[in-house]
This record gives sequence, C-alpha cells and structure tokens, in this order.
Amino acid sequence: MITAEHIYEWLSTVTDPEVPVLTILDLGIVRDVQVTEENGQTTATIFITPTYSGCPAMDVISMQIRMVLLSKGISKVNIENQLSPAWTTDWMSEEGKRKLNEYGIAPPYRKSTNALGLFEDDNVPCPRCGSDNTELTSQFAATACKSLYKCNSCHEPFEHFKCH
Amino acid sequence: MKELLKYTLQLADNALILGHRISEWCGHGPVLEQDIALTNTALDHLGQARSFYQYAAEQFNALPVSEKEHFFTSSAIQSIIKDGKQVDEDDLAYLRDGWDFRNTLLVEQPNKDWAYTIIRSFFYDVFNFFFYTELQKSTDVTLSAIAEKSLKEVTYHLRWSSEWVIRLGDGTDESAQRINEAIANRWQFTGELLTMSEAEKAVATSGIGVDLEKIKTLWKERVAAVFAEANLDVPANGWMHQGGKEGKHSEHLGYILAELQFVQRAYPNMQW
Ligand SMILES: [Zn+2]
Repeated sequence: MITAEHIYEWLSTVTDPEVPVLTILDLGIVRDVQVTEENGQTTATIFITPTYSGCPAMDVISMQIRMVLLSKGISKVNIENQLSPAWTTDWMSEEGKRKLNEYGIAPPYRKSTNALGLFEDDNVPCPRCGSDNTELTSQFAATACKSLYKCNSCHEPFEHFKCH
Repeated sequence: MKELLKYTLQLADNALILGHRISEWCGHGPVLEQDIALTNTALDHLGQARSFYQYAAEQFNALPVSEKEHFFTSSAIQSIIKDGKQVDEDDLAYLRDGWDFRNTLLVEQPNKDWAYTIIRSFFYDVFNFFFYTELQKSTDVTLSAIAEKSLKEVTYHLRWSSEWVIRLGDGTDESAQRINEAIANRWQFTGELLTMSEAEKAVATSGIGVDLEKIKTLWKERVAAVFAEANLDVPANGWMHQGGKEGKHSEHLGYILAELQFVQRAYPNMQW
C-alpha cells in the first residue's frame, strides 16, 4: 500500500527548475499530502503553496509532481494550490540552506517575522569567502525570490535568496 | 453576490493593467538591474491578477444564466455563455471589452519616461501596501489569502519605488525637474484610488472589502514622508479624475487591450 511517507520520498526527487539544488521539500512548498485507496486505485492529493504569486516555476513543478507520481503507479494525482498561510522562507529546511550556500547563493538568514525597516538592508555574508563586508546592488535578481549583492572582500557578485 | 464579483474584477484589472504597463519596459530598462526589477515587479502583478481572475471566474460561473448574459457586453464572452461553457481566468483577461474593465485610471497611464513610470508605481504601491494590509482582515477567505500573499511582494515594490522617488527628487537638477513634472501630471489620478465606488461601498459594509477611509490618511502620510526625504512638495489636492472603477477609461486603455488581447481575439483559444 502506498502511504504518505512514500509520496514524500518521491517528492524529494522533484527540484525547483530555477534553483535546481533545492527540492520542493527543501523549499517548504509542499504543505500536505493525502492518500486514499479505492478498488485498488490510489489517489494522491498534494497541497502546494506558490512561493511568489507570479512564479513561473510553479506550473513546471506541478507538472513534475504529476509525472513522478504517475510513474510510481498512482492512478490519480490532484494538485491543490493553497494560498494561505502565505509561503515564507522560514519553511526552508536547514539542509536546503546549506545546499544553497554551497551552490553560491546566500541563503535567507533572517526570520521573516523580523521585518526590516523601510530602508534597512540585510547583512548577508558572502557565500564564496564568508566575508561580512558585502553590499546590496539590487533588490531584484534573475528570479523573484532572489536579490543581488556584491562582496567587497573577494569582489565577486552573488545572489541572495531573500527572507520572505 | 454581484458586487463582490465587480470588486474582485477591479482588483484583478488593476493588477493586470499595471503589470502590463510595467512589462512594457522589458528589454528597455536603463540598466540591467532596473530592467530586472521592473520585470520581476510586473510578474508579481500578473500573478496577483491571476489569483483574482480565477476567483472572479468562479463567482461568474456560479451566476444564473440570466445574470451572466447581462454582465459583460463582449460578443466573445456572450458566445461562451451561449455554448453553456464556463469562463476561466484567461477569458476574463483577454475577451472583455474596455468598458468592462474596472481598473483605476492611474494604472493605465503611459510610461512616458523613467520619472513618470516611477511616480505611477510609487502612488500605487503606497496605496496597495495599505490596501492589502487591510484586505488581509477580509471576512472573505479567498480575498484575505490573496492579500496576505501579495502584501509580501508589494513591500518590495514600495521600497523600490520609494528609493527611486528619493533618488530622482534629491538627485540632479534634471532628475528633480522631471520627477516634479511627472508628479504635476499624475497627481490628478490619485484621488480615484481612495474614492469608493458603489461596489466598494457595498463590500466594505459587509466586512469583505476595505473601507478606504481607513487608509486615506496613511496614504497621505507615507507620500508626504517620502516626498520630504526627496525634497519634493506634495501638490495641493485639486481636481481629481474619476471613472475607471465604473468602466469609464482614458483613451490609453484601448491601446493596451489592443496589444494584450489581439492574438486571442484573432485566433481564439490559441496556445503556445
Ligand atoms: Zn566574498
């Protein structure tokens, strides 16, 4: 019998197409998994929450979830979009943060509940050399979830996964 | 409730039209970082628009046929109803006519130059920030969920546009002159943001919508605070344009829709 544990294990092979070192479980976008069985047919319902409203990766992720579960013999896959509570980087796993840093993207350091002042910036250590002497160059980067920094010690630019 | 549908469409249309306007900068930003900032922001607005259109479609599809027939004028929507089909988010964005759009006049105003683009975003972002903060408390669970999610995104937008207002106002003689010109021209569209339409009054009374009286002072104070930092003067109140929320638009909306809707109108149901 297929259980929710199996499903979580299979979902851990689905990665974010835009930040491929992170799985959807690392990101914390899988909110719940329900499995029902009737006449030998398994139905799985996966509750996911979008990171940002317009994140184009969400459609790809939904498709990947469907593919993976169908390939494991699940007859019916429902994907439910859940907007509330709104996704936050507080749900990102420690393992995910470690992998991000290794990949060259500074992970979120601050809890989203500690809001920044209007013109306050996050102090983000450089993922390459570890220096604290870094500065924000743009609040926006190649994907909605990241901002751009540069390191004043090793002079390399880097991306930061914003605390959200 | 038809008032709720009108309200949901107003929120969706504001997000879609502003998102579309901002996306016109894609590939034309003055530097790469700002091009990326604008396209990210446009994407947030489009994402928010999708959430609201999905909810609006759900409400529309639940109406009795007799009411559906009179809700929108466009023949494309009429034929969907006649075929007994349901409308979806795309139909609402691509197949409605201009007078069925309920966005405010501010968001449809052209980009013109950087200063005009910044000030339009700034006036709207301040509004949107306080608006979503209040809408989170809506008794309608879908609206409050969309607001909760969107507010996080709007916080970045507001910060970005506030910083640019300060940079332009407190920058060179030319940047100050340009932002002042943009303020003088766009100020007349700000009154509509905070003036309640009939639909807004109806949903505010039932605890679903936001009572704009609650955020009027917050809007003014925040604009004044950022303008003070930027060495800019807040214009006197003056005469304000109205009408967008009731479907009466400036000529600019027609051009936006012509571009936005052309492919779906010419080649119905086309996908790529
Ligand atoms: Zn470094």
